[in-house]
Amino acid sequence: MSTRLARGGRLIDRARPVEYRFNGRRLTGFAGDTLASALLGSGQMLMGRSFKYHRPRGPVASGAEEPNALVNLGEGGRFEPNQRATTTELFEGLTATSQNHWPSLDYDVGAVNTALSRFLPAGFYYKTFMSPRPFWKHLYEPFIRKSAGLGKAPTQPDADRYEHFHHFCDVLVVGGGVAGLLAAREAGRAGARVLLMEQTAHWGGRAPVDGDRIDGQAAEDWVRHIVTELEAMENVQLRLRCMGAGVYDHGYALGYERLTDHLPGADGPRHRLWRIRAGRIVTATGAIERPLSFAGNDIPGVMLASAARDYAVNWGVSVGDRVLVVTNNDDAYRTALVLKEAGLDVPAVVDARPEGGGELARRAEAAGIRVLKGKAVAKAKGGKHVTGAVISSQAGEGAMLEEIACDAIAMSGGWSPVVHLWSHCGGKLSWDEAGAMFRPDPDLPPTGADGAGFVIAAGAANGHLMLGETLRDAAEAGARAVSELGATPASPGALPAAEAPEEAPLFPVWMMPQGAGHELRSKAWLDYQNDVKVSDVRLAAQEGYESVEHAKRYTTLGMATDQGKLSNINGLATLAQRLGTEIPKVGTTTFRPPYTPISFGAIAGEARGETFQPIRRTPIQDWHEARGAHFEPVGQWRRPYCYPQGGETHGQAVAREIDATRGSLGLLDASTLGKILVSGPDAPRFMDMLYTNMMSTLKPGKCRYGLMCSENGFLMDDGVVARIDEQTFLCHTTSGGADSVHAHMEEWLQTEWWDWKVHTANVTEQYAQIAVVGPNSRKVLEKLGGIDVSAESFRFMDWKEGVLGGVRTRLFRISFSGELSYELAVPASEGRAVWDALLGAGEEFGATPYGTEALHVMRAEKGFIMIGDETDGTVIPQDLGLDWAISKKKTDYIGKRAQMRSHMADPERWKLVGLETVDGSVLPDGAYAVAEGRNANGQRKVQGRVTSTYHSPTLGRGIAMGLVLHGPDRMGEVLDFPKVDGEVVQAKIVDQIFFDKDGEKQNV
Amino acid sequence: MLILTCPCCGVTAEETEFHGGGEAHLTRHGPDSDDDQFHDYLFMRENPRGVHFERWRHVYGCGKWFHAARDTVTLEVFGTYPAQTTEPPQHIREAISARRPGWSWRGLS
Ligand SMILES: [Zn+2]
Repeated sequence: MSTRLARGGRLIDRARPVEYRFNGRRLTGFAGDTLASALLGSGQMLMGRSFKYHRPRGPVASGAEEPNALVNLGEGGRFEPNQRATTTELFEGLTATSQNHWPSLDYDVGAVNTALSRFLPAGFYYKTFMSPRPFWKHLYEPFIRKSAGLGKAPTQPDADRYEHFHHFCDVLVVGGGVAGLLAAREAGRAGARVLLMEQTAHWGGRAPVDGDRIDGQAAEDWVRHIVTELEAMENVQLRLRCMGAGVYDHGYALGYERLTDHLPGADGPRHRLWRIRAGRIVTATGAIERPLSFAGNDIPGVMLASAARDYAVNWGVSVGDRVLVVTNNDDAYRTALVLKEAGLDVPAVVDARPEGGGELARRAEAAGIRVLKGKAVAKAKGGKHVTGAVISSQAGEGAMLEEIACDAIAMSGGWSPVVHLWSHCGGKLSWDEAGAMFRPDPDLPPTGADGAGFVIAAGAANGHLMLGETLRDAAEAGARAVSELGATPASPGALPAAEAPEEAPLFPVWMMPQGAGHELRSKAWLDYQNDVKVSDVRLAAQEGYESVEHAKRYTTLGMATDQGKLSNINGLATLAQRLGTEIPKVGTTTFRPPYTPISFGAIAGEARGETFQPIRRTPIQDWHEARGAHFEPVGQWRRPYCYPQGGETHGQAVAREIDATRGSLGLLDASTLGKILVSGPDAPRFMDMLYTNMMSTLKPGKCRYGLMCSENGFLMDDGVVARIDEQTFLCHTTSGGADSVHAHMEEWLQTEWWDWKVHTANVTEQYAQIAVVGPNSRKVLEKLGGIDVSAESFRFMDWKEGVLGGVRTRLFRISFSGELSYELAVPASEGRAVWDALLGAGEEFGATPYGTEALHVMRAEKGFIMIGDETDGTVIPQDLGLDWAISKKKTDYIGKRAQMRSHMADPERWKLVGLETVDGSVLPDGAYAVAEGRNANGQRKVQGRVTSTYHSPTLGRGIAMGLVLHGPDRMGEVLDFPKVDGEVVQAKIVDQIFFDKDGEKQNV
Repeated sequence: MLILTCPCCGVTAEETEFHGGGEAHLTRHGPDSDDDQFHDYLFMRENPRGVHFERWRHVYGCGKWFHAARDTVTLEVFGTYPAQTTEPPQHIREAISARRPGWSWRGLS
């Protein structure tokens, strides 16, 4: 059983006990513990259950690579699933629960999956659940839903705050082990701006645990000194608890800093996302130990040798009283020695190498530890806890030589450099046969804007696992980074001297024992979190999934939240062996950022709630808000949809607004309407290219409705154009389209007709615009006084500039409702005053503000199209019966050639018509009209669809517009529109102008 | 995320300050073109592995369109130049040749 040792623990403060809860139990650890070390210290080895088979699991690792010990952390607005116990710093009051079990961690019903495991092989989702179909609903889906998913999703809004930092530096060093510290010092001494980040809460990485010496000091002391030196450099910034999350194009990198995870309730943001531009990035990210693939290697108590050592040295925790060590390299002997020194029993070191190890092995033997050479663990024994190991020869098939009783197994399959950051942006890897590892290929780094490599791997991350080599490589990396940026490296001082024992070569072991049969292979785990075993990868290869990317997806190897940090190399080697090829031929899967999961909060940063995006406000917005308008988003505007009064429903409010407008006087805040000035000697010519109509013939003082198409012919925007003078046009666009229409104009001017003398200006926000609509609109303008608005002098589609009610105004007589109607454009600063003046002057006419819904209904009653309703990016003006607005005289306009293509000229294209339900109801939006017969997929054929549909209070019935096959030729025909529930609504094809066909209301 | 330099205002900025506009140096075909010409103009684009000419707009800056000569594999940027041209200018072509000897595009090198 794991327990707290009486002595030791370089990171904990035994004087400061910390209380926390796990699955409701009150437990105690020490300041400096991780949740994992505290739990182990409390005797809690079982921390979770696996994803597929619900196998009991304890921690395998001690850091970021941990696949098993995932917990639900916190409560309420601070609840977070899938948090690694190994990287969670303990704090007073921490609350955690284990995941993926029911009803309890110790007794789990789903563990029955283990018994069924031979029926759940690789690709079982694809194979087993194919048929019969009815089984899906009652058997497969409930089963999958019950057993799928890790952790629970939070249900409450995140209670914390997050932020982004933008940072620029010469050299970013990722990793605060001895290599990163040394590289940072080299760069810092040369005067470079350096940012050094370390993902854990401590500097020094593994060196202080490994017990080696640097410059005659314990590694821990050397680390303390170099950190002090770095802290004194003004050009060097150091960050703990800050992970290098990803490396991207041209020296861009993301850092993920966890500021208050260990200090809940502290002021300030919880996480900070560093968005970094660096000249050079030094990745000193170390290496990760690999598990060994033997049967039962997932039983709680089996863990990495480095982790067992970390728990003892860093936190004073023993992972078991009798720890068997199994290895293929020398490093694991360090663990044996540490445990022995801590007074624990190490029954043996099982070394797969026939010749055994080097200096460290001799020290172990001298310490009285039994060393078995050329041997293997054929099988770990135990259920919820290791009870022993069956020893066999590594060369054989697993015949038992002896059985060794133990309560933990520390394993080491060698080390893999952490090449993730090197690889994120395209750095290539090469296979190192001797070290049995992929390492960065220095000739193929990720390249920057200048074509030069911008990432430099250093130390263990570069494949230099021995301390002396690590230090030499790191110093070189730091110097290279600054010299490549054009600075002079500081005069090279003496390289720190490493004192570490010579190590004997590693012997690659991908299956233990080498000749293990199916029985053992199907108990040997590769990916702990996703429950992928050696037998699964072999089966995938046998079934033809030979590409590593296919095998990965078929088996889900490396696809869990740990992204295969422990399993990838072992999986690749297994695949290569089964395919009878070499590991580098199989290749690796793609390394993608982030290195470990980062919080959604950090990604969002400040962009949430009110600051999620900027909101554009019209000069009259305050009034709308005070009036209690119901708003709808239109682009980044919020426009009043309607203004409900005293308990009205939205529908009732809309009906009242329409009645008041058609009956007397309505007011609309139209300030959001796009307003773009097009000016210059070539403006008329340019306008003729932009619009389908002939705009160059428009007279100053006149308005014309125009259509704008994209080069592939589709209708993209519409609006009224007013000619200001010979060289100037004012183009009104849709509210949502102003910016894109302006960009469209600029694109053509800058990239196609750059010799034309035209300039454009988007003046949308310079003006407040108000529509004054209804039979009494002229009277209210006359009351304001100024511009002559008499019927004779100010005709439909005229515009005038002048003073109205004392305010400089552009007045347009245009109508989108069919009523007598004007639009006033005044300087934005006068908008609110003019709105108030209109309300005042209009009081006697019952002036009624109306919203966008009333606007939409009134335009539909008149059969006017709306961009985004009648158009969807596949509709051309000809589909909408707008041929009258397309010039036949012009030789060219944007979209003209495309509209001549055969598909565009096809008479079978659906055309716009009005639709009137037989029973007066409102057609569902987007409903399709069905035709006779079925298509190749067995679906009903269709012959039209609804584009706009409303209840018209004016007509007291549902009205709609739609695109229908040969629609204009089929007036009076009744079509069937099935609803989602299967009921059919019948509607008659009618003229799309439902109200005041002759336009008598606006021509007064 | 790339870094580009706008040749109009001279600002060197992050990709998020710009907006990509696809392949550069297309020739517009209007109403007097035949179906094949128009089809190629509208739909056919080069997709090279290597040297490529792209349109970009400095959308959160000076608002101007410009062109970039770039390697789509290594992300190396050979240079940027104003959009008011029908082919890459001489100094850009030389910059590419210096880095990619033997390179050519539409008969230019
Ligand atoms: Zn610019």
